[in-house]
Amino acid sequence: MKLRRDVFQAIADPTRRMIISLLAVQAMTPTAIAESFDSSRQTISKHIQILSECEIVRQEQKGREIYYHLNPNGMKEIAEFIEPFRKMWDDRFNKLEAVMKLKIHEHKK
Amino acid sequence: MEQKTKVHAEDGKQEILIARDFDLPLELLFRAYTEAELVEQWMGTKVIKLKSEKHGSYQFETTDRQGNKYSFSGVIHECVPNEKITRTFEMENTPFPVQVEFLKFEKKTENTSKLHIHQIYKSVAARDGILKLPFTFGINMAHNKLQEIGSKLI
Repeated sequence: MKLRRDVFQAIADPTRRMIISLLAVQAMTPTAIAESFDSSRQTISKHIQILSECEIVRQEQKGREIYYHLNPNGMKEIAEFIEPFRKMWDDRFNKLEAVMKLKIHEHKK
Repeated sequence: MEQKTKVHAEDGKQEILIARDFDLPLELLFRAYTEAELVEQWMGTKVIKLKSEKHGSYQFETTDRQGNKYSFSGVIHECVPNEKITRTFEMENTPFPVQVEFLKFEKKTENTSKLHIHQIYKSVAARDGILKLPFTFGINMAHNKLQEIGSKLI
């Protein structure tokens, strides 16, 4: 089985985050993406490859050209990333509230 | 359901912002953080030490179902009643680096208040590692539950 890359590796690098931002606006060819950066074509190509492996971008063949576009599902996974953490805090704070409300109640008695 | 706790963790930053509205007077919310007996109740942890004052410190110890002990500790830099607490936080015996926490207590009305927690991590990677923790906890909890139900069937 091929080990799938983690979507978070996609956003771990500033250049890759820039590529994601560019592709969020419109689908682009690898050449157009590379021209937006000072880095070598090879470097950008490597970043695009990682983004593809992370399933953040998808290839689309249009005639002779390959266009890269953003995969919304991959982005959704990133958005859902902090949800369990939020839930953990929510549970903890609900308990705090319950404990302290009991204090108010005891105090009134 | 309405999300009571707001968590803001921007990509590529080494901080987390947490905010929560409480249906509690400000004074009670502050006490929940500064009195050992209360911390023990809502955090579900044993308080070994809690000195809520400048140059003070704290040490908590949590035991899980398997009897494993986890220690959490830190030093308190600022403790202004009903206003703020500035402290460090460390999960002992873990690779997670120490973090800094700024807690701000805000009065909304006579009976409601708001807590703002600003956590700062050593690196983006350290912060992302912490964000991934609840997944691990969630899996452990599910496993414990499974164990519990399983035991009853034997």
